Amino acid sequence: MIAGVSIYEILTVSTIIFFIGIYGFVTRKNLIAMLMSVELILNSAALNFVIINKYLFPEALGGAMFSIFIIAVAAAETALALAIIINLYRLIMSLKTDDLETMKF
Amino acid sequence: MERIIFYIIAILMIVFAVMSVSSRNLMRSIIYLLFVLLGIAGIYFMIEFFFLGAVQLTVYAGGIIILYVNSIMLVEKINNPLPSVPFGRKFLAGAVALAGIILTLIAVWSYNFVNIAESQAKETSVKEVGHAFLSYGDKGYILPFELITMLLLAAMVGAIVIAKSGKFNENKEQNQ
Repeated sequence: MIAGVSIYEILTVSTIIFFIGIYGFVTRKNLIAMLMSVELILNSAALNFVIINKYLFPEALGGAMFSIFIIAVAAAETALALAIIINLYRLIMSLKTDDLETMKF
Repeated sequence: MERIIFYIIAILMIVFAVMSVSSRNLMRSIIYLLFVLLGIAGIYFMIEFFFLGAVQLTVYAGGIIILYVNSIMLVEKINNPLPSVPFGRKFLAGAVALAGIILTLIAVWSYNFVNIAESQAKETSVKEVGHAFLSYGDKGYILPFELITMLLLAAMVGAIVIAKSGKFNENKEQNQ
């Protein structure tokens, strides 16, 4: 734990980053920009896991472990999503969500 | 001293996060995102969890950001700014995000966390993490570890297949 900094302040920071990510996810219309907002959300969630583990249960390792798993899943998700986006760009030459109509029924 | 450093990191992270979601240039926005990720790695180092800080630096700053930069350069003309967001959507999303922040902060600050004494805080060593990863006893995490290896393998194969599939289809059409 950080000397002189309580758990409330760190949770405040991670909350603010989480909702900035939500804001970006809602306002952006570009696929890559939306994916970047998802990275912000995932990072603040991982930070929360570690902080609660460290401040409230210093003997346990669960939160730390699962934040490592969050990072691994985020890496896999980013690789797959970027592959899909590049493939999509070849098909329709655009990244705007308004133009993605090929899977609409 | 540590308190001041934490506040500096926190303010920088929030400022760069806002710039990252509002910048109209994708390449700049990804660099701002990189600074946010570095700030989170800094917090991991400050709470003495050095392994996770190193993982954050290598996987995010070294891997994911480079992947983003490469794909932005592949698909987007860098000089073209993104279209500006209409004010109505910006205002609505901002209001929703602000309401969420306020609601969550009220919930967090009104809850009485049992703070441990500072003497109880300890460093999470790499040795401890490694033992926890590979032990199958009471506090072992071997099953999620194996699952994540399979997931990463499947994601890697899947990403290659998906990213190349357009080309395969073209070849098939040419053969017919």
